[in-house]
Amino acid sequence: MKAKIIVMPKKTVLDPQGKTVKNALESMSFKGIKDVRVGKFIEVELTAGSKAALKKKMDRACHDLLSNPVIEEYSFEIS
Amino acid sequence: MKFGIIQFPGSNCDQDAYHALADVFGQSTRYIWHKDNAMGDVDCVVVPGGFSYGDYLRTGAIARFSPAMKAVAAHAKAGGLVIGICNGFQVLCEAHLLPGALIRNRGLKFICDHVYIRVETTDSPFTNACKKGQVLRIPIAHGEGNYFAEPKVIEQLKREDRILVRYCAKDGKLTDAANVNGSLDNIAGICNESRNVFALMPHPERSSEKILGSNDGRWIFKSILKSEIAVS
Repeated sequence: MKAKIIVMPKKTVLDPQGKTVKNALESMSFKGIKDVRVGKFIEVELTAGSKAALKKKMDRACHDLLSNPVIEEYSFEIS
Repeated sequence: MKFGIIQFPGSNCDQDAYHALADVFGQSTRYIWHKDNAMGDVDCVVVPGGFSYGDYLRTGAIARFSPAMKAVAAHAKAGGLVIGICNGFQVLCEAHLLPGALIRNRGLKFICDHVYIRVETTDSPFTNACKKGQVLRIPIAHGEGNYFAEPKVIEQLKREDRILVRYCAKDGKLTDAANVNGSLDNIAGICNESRNVFALMPHPERSSEKILGSNDGRWIFKSILKSEIAVS
């Protein structure tokens, strides 16, 4: 089983990396970009366990370690 | 006073802090290994600068889970003094001993330079030897020193007089140009509600001797030593 986690900066947080990537895309003549935000993708391979129990553990791991709730939001799926 | 300096894998300003406290200020100083569960008899803990755990995941994110940080939290809860410098500020925020977070510098570049900070209040064991409005020239060296917190947290910090130092121009004015990393409200250092935990991004341990270009950082350590005298 794998947990796939996406961690993104909150919309209220300045994302200079995203702005820089947007500028770089536009310098490649890519038009029509409204906004770019840069986050993280984390994959956690899990040994057996009930999906419900793992979901709860993963949520805690995301909240306590994998993201900083002050500046980031996370979402994940287990499959 | 007895000082304890935490050493994480990747800390690199621990020896500078040791030199400042032991050699320049003549205080009883020792290192505290990150795996140590207890720190022993220490009056003030220093969480030093550097790149603990290579800044993996987020700066300070992994260091906060080390056994030594549990001991730091207990020490802080019991009223002991804690000062976090640079990476130390990041670790203390991740450990929730201070509110907010430090994110990437506004201009994305790592900045290694002397800056000016202004003492906003002398109501703390870390600034009580200073004068309100005093300007200190202290070096910074960081890529993630941009202080962020939700608006109501910033309001609380202001209301409770917990912003101890702010980035300023040479004449003490709070300008946007002086705010080299883009921190909200030019915040360079804050303290907790009980005012015994303080952290700042600039390095007072690298500016306690004139030969290093500025010895203004000594005022922070003079304050800590002054507060010990007041307590006993």
